[in-house]
Amino acid sequence: MARTNAIGLTKADYKGAPTTLCQGCGHNSILSQIIAALFEMNVRPEDVVKFSGIGCSSKAPTYMLSRSFGFNGLHGRMPALATGALVADITLKGIGMSGDGDTASIGMGHFKHVLRRNLPLVYIVANNGVYGLTKGQFAPTAEKGLTLKRHGTNPYMPVDVCMEALAGGATFVARSFAGDPKQLKALIKAAFHHNGLAVIDVVSPCVTFNNEPSAHYSYGWARDHEAPLHRLDFIPPEEEILLDKPMEPGERRVIRLHDGSVVVLEQVDRDYDPTDRFAAMRALEESYRREVLLTGLLYIETEGRENLFQVLNLPEDKPLNRMTQEELRPAASVLEEINAKDMFHGADVRVNGR
Amino acid sequence: MALKPAPEPASAPAAREVVNDFSITVATINGTGSQTSNLTILRALFRMGIPVSGKNIFPSNIQGLPTWYTIRVNKHGFLARRDEHEIVIAMNPATVHDDMNKVVPGGVFLYADHIRPQGLREDVIAYSMPVNRLARESGAPPRLRDYVANMVYVGVLAYLLGIDLEAIRAALDFHFRGKAKAVELNDSVVRAAFRWAEEHLEKRDPYRVAPMEATQGLILSDGNTAAALGALFGGVQFVSWYPITPSTDLAETLEHYLRRYRVRPDGKHTFAVIQAEDELAAINMAIGAGWAGLRAMTATSGPGLSLMTEAIGLAYYAEVPVVVWDVQRVGPSTGLPTRTQQGDILFIHFASHGDTEHILLFPANINEAFEFGWRAFDIAERLQAPVFVMSDLDLGMNHWMGQPFAYPDQDMDRGKVLWEEDLERWEQEKGVPWGRYLDVDGDGIPYRTVMGNRRPGASYFTRGTGHDEYARYTEDPEVWHRMVHRIKKKYRLGRKYLPRPVEDGPGTEVGIIAYGTTDAAMPEARYLLEHKGIATDYLRIRALPFHDEVGDFLARHRAVYVVEANRDGQMAMLLRMHYPQWATRIHSVARTDGLPLTATFIADSIAGQEG
Ligand SMILES: Cc1ncc(C[n+]2csc(CCOP(=O)(O)OP(=O)(O)O)c2C)c(N)n1
Ligand code: SF4
Ligand SMILES: [Mg+2]
Repeated sequence: MARTNAIGLTKADYKGAPTTLCQGCGHNSILSQIIAALFEMNVRPEDVVKFSGIGCSSKAPTYMLSRSFGFNGLHGRMPALATGALVADITLKGIGMSGDGDTASIGMGHFKHVLRRNLPLVYIVANNGVYGLTKGQFAPTAEKGLTLKRHGTNPYMPVDVCMEALAGGATFVARSFAGDPKQLKALIKAAFHHNGLAVIDVVSPCVTFNNEPSAHYSYGWARDHEAPLHRLDFIPPEEEILLDKPMEPGERRVIRLHDGSVVVLEQVDRDYDPTDRFAAMRALEESYRREVLLTGLLYIETEGRENLFQVLNLPEDKPLNRMTQEELRPAASVLEEINAKDMFHGADVRVNGR
Repeated sequence: MALKPAPEPASAPAAREVVNDFSITVATINGTGSQTSNLTILRALFRMGIPVSGKNIFPSNIQGLPTWYTIRVNKHGFLARRDEHEIVIAMNPATVHDDMNKVVPGGVFLYADHIRPQGLREDVIAYSMPVNRLARESGAPPRLRDYVANMVYVGVLAYLLGIDLEAIRAALDFHFRGKAKAVELNDSVVRAAFRWAEEHLEKRDPYRVAPMEATQGLILSDGNTAAALGALFGGVQFVSWYPITPSTDLAETLEHYLRRYRVRPDGKHTFAVIQAEDELAAINMAIGAGWAGLRAMTATSGPGLSLMTEAIGLAYYAEVPVVVWDVQRVGPSTGLPTRTQQGDILFIHFASHGDTEHILLFPANINEAFEFGWRAFDIAERLQAPVFVMSDLDLGMNHWMGQPFAYPDQDMDRGKVLWEEDLERWEQEKGVPWGRYLDVDGDGIPYRTVMGNRRPGASYFTRGTGHDEYARYTEDPEVWHRMVHRIKKKYRLGRKYLPRPVEDGPGTEVGIIAYGTTDAAMPEARYLLEHKGIATDYLRIRALPFHDEVGDFLARHRAVYVVEANRDGQMAMLLRMHYPQWATRIHSVARTDGLPLTATFIADSIAGQEG
């Protein structure tokens, strides 16, 4: 018998269609961690809705959560698509899956604006430095100097998805690595409980087009250069915080999310405050100079910012998409009032007697 | 409020009187507040019972460039734009000579005395007005002087034409929503100017207005307001949009009304309006919302639609209901952003790559703008398809007479949506497991579930890539062929949900086809043609794809003239394509110059082709 979680589901209940991505593709590992995270958090797949753009990464949602609704939309437009849809039922949790081309190139505009709006959405960028689906062109996140067999050497500076997210006012910014499943899973869990937009930029190697060990998005380089900010643990609201070993003060930070769940950050080599946006930007800048892959929860803002649903003043007692004619069509008397007061009228014979 | 009979002009009227049949054009500078004065004249005439229309010919500019406002007064109700200007009011020094030259011989040229042109025309009746002096004497604070200066011509014109001062007062009351100070100030300027004219002007022209009863029970509105109200009563739930003339007011007015009438007592909204980052986002948001079961719409114009085309194909093929208002302006490119055209017909009908064919609705007046405003949602949800409402700048931004808006006479049609409790019953009834794109009813319309439906088996994965009846990815040639033909069937059979054409005529051998705002010129054009000995039948298309009546109309007439405001005769092309057997009898009467078509142009073109 397969193991079941607290709501009686097995891991298989979180699976999707068999993957058609290349064997070893980082995107597959991301899917496994999403599935594991939701299974462990006892989330009903029916309470989740998936969105994506176009790319190998954007195909990925097909291969998980077949019991969830999903919409694989247009290249770069996932944030907009998800915005319109999620407004319809705010009891659902959205997961958006995108690529580095999808987000940082054709969809950069929507990415920046969905950050401003703080749409409650787990926004995963499966970042491999190339356009996988169109066969390996440079993506905007590729490092300067990356050499690919068919495309020569990249002469341009890369876009850093996390830096853009920070500058754009994101309330949750994390970076992880498909080859670091434990950290990735914890970040997915935390993102799921974040009350707003949560960006996770995941280095997700493309084994077919960009996996030479010297390339920054390769498994080899990422493994050798990963520099985690902290060890991460996520504790759901219903569980007591039990720390496996006693700690010295300053060795760990406890971040409480809006629903009572907790993220525990255990110090690795120095104390890092993920509630300081400046510190996050500085840490990223330093990581460029040190040529390391900085991973972990870069930034989180747990209070003070309204999410899009709050800004729009949406009802919490009933999803918009279940409202009926009685709730949506104003009464005939309203139209009479508008006709009478807001419109200018022609000759009035009753008054004129004409 | 009682309307007094119009005051008699001080001097004896000229021998040849022209009553309630002329056009007034006001030439001003954009951004000087003349719109208030122009609307005041329009409304006052309307309140006097006289049929009127107002056309704002304005530049793409916020302040400083010339702008014209033309009011047509016509006792027969012929309200299309005309090329002739009987009365020109000149307030703009930059255009004063051109403006004077617009006046028909024997017409009136009324100008502000500080912009007196060099050499007044001999063949027009010129009056000058001491605009600045009267504005100064009005007691208005200096910053308001430009605005009240425009009220001077209202007062002088009221004297010359006999416009009822009480009707003007009513128009000001309406405009300033009863703000007493503003009403008083403007009204006092109008009255002062009227008195000045009474004392100083000797009326030498033949033009006059007289009260009628032709507008009783009618309202004045612009099409964008009508459309917004239609959407409100259509139960719109989601609006995403990006500002662009001439559609901006539609979205802004809609949000205004939603905030007024769709907020629950607990302060929560039953709608969401998002001003998107661009039209790509606007349409993709609306598609997301439509997919998720909301009545979703966007409003835009040609440039926005150009950006939206990829998403339109997605909505077509993934079968997502969404309503798109195209308030057309002149293209291609930025074109003439503040002028009107019916130029997007072919583009929108076939928008997107691959095999598509879209539903277009053509409102011709404010009442149809309102009706299609709510009906478009019913059609979109019934047919699970994008629906385009093809308004234009002329309808959207100008003031039109119409009936008070009529409450929808049908319940909202949410189409084939299955919720938790519906699914089980459905599967028992139909005897098959539910599949998103299964055509079980034979009408090409499948059943859909929407996100939030928690019943196991209710979910599906939507994609713009090839999919089968169960929404599963496939590249199978047979399945692709089957799916796109099933969609085609849905559109063919779905025509019954679209507004049918409107027909009129005695049953002659010459037919006219028009659509949208060109309808406004049609009664007059047909009247002119009749006087030239050409009796006509008329069919007005209100939707694409064509209803069968359109083919029947072509079959019944020796010659059919298709009237439209674009260069190449786009609807004529579509008709020839759909009805090759009648192609040689279809003649195009098309013109685009940024202005609404005139009846004279239409009648002359048809008479010319009839030879
Ligand atoms: C409008 C549009 N332009 C171009 C394409 C072709 N295209 C498909 S996927 C892709 C790049 C995807 O790259 P990325 O988002 O990095 O995803 P990956 O495949 O690397 O996971 C492109 C350019 C498209 N589908 N649509
Ligand atoms: S091409 Fe690259 S990104 Fe695409 S599936 Fe293969 S490994 Fe993954
Ligand atoms: Mg990529």
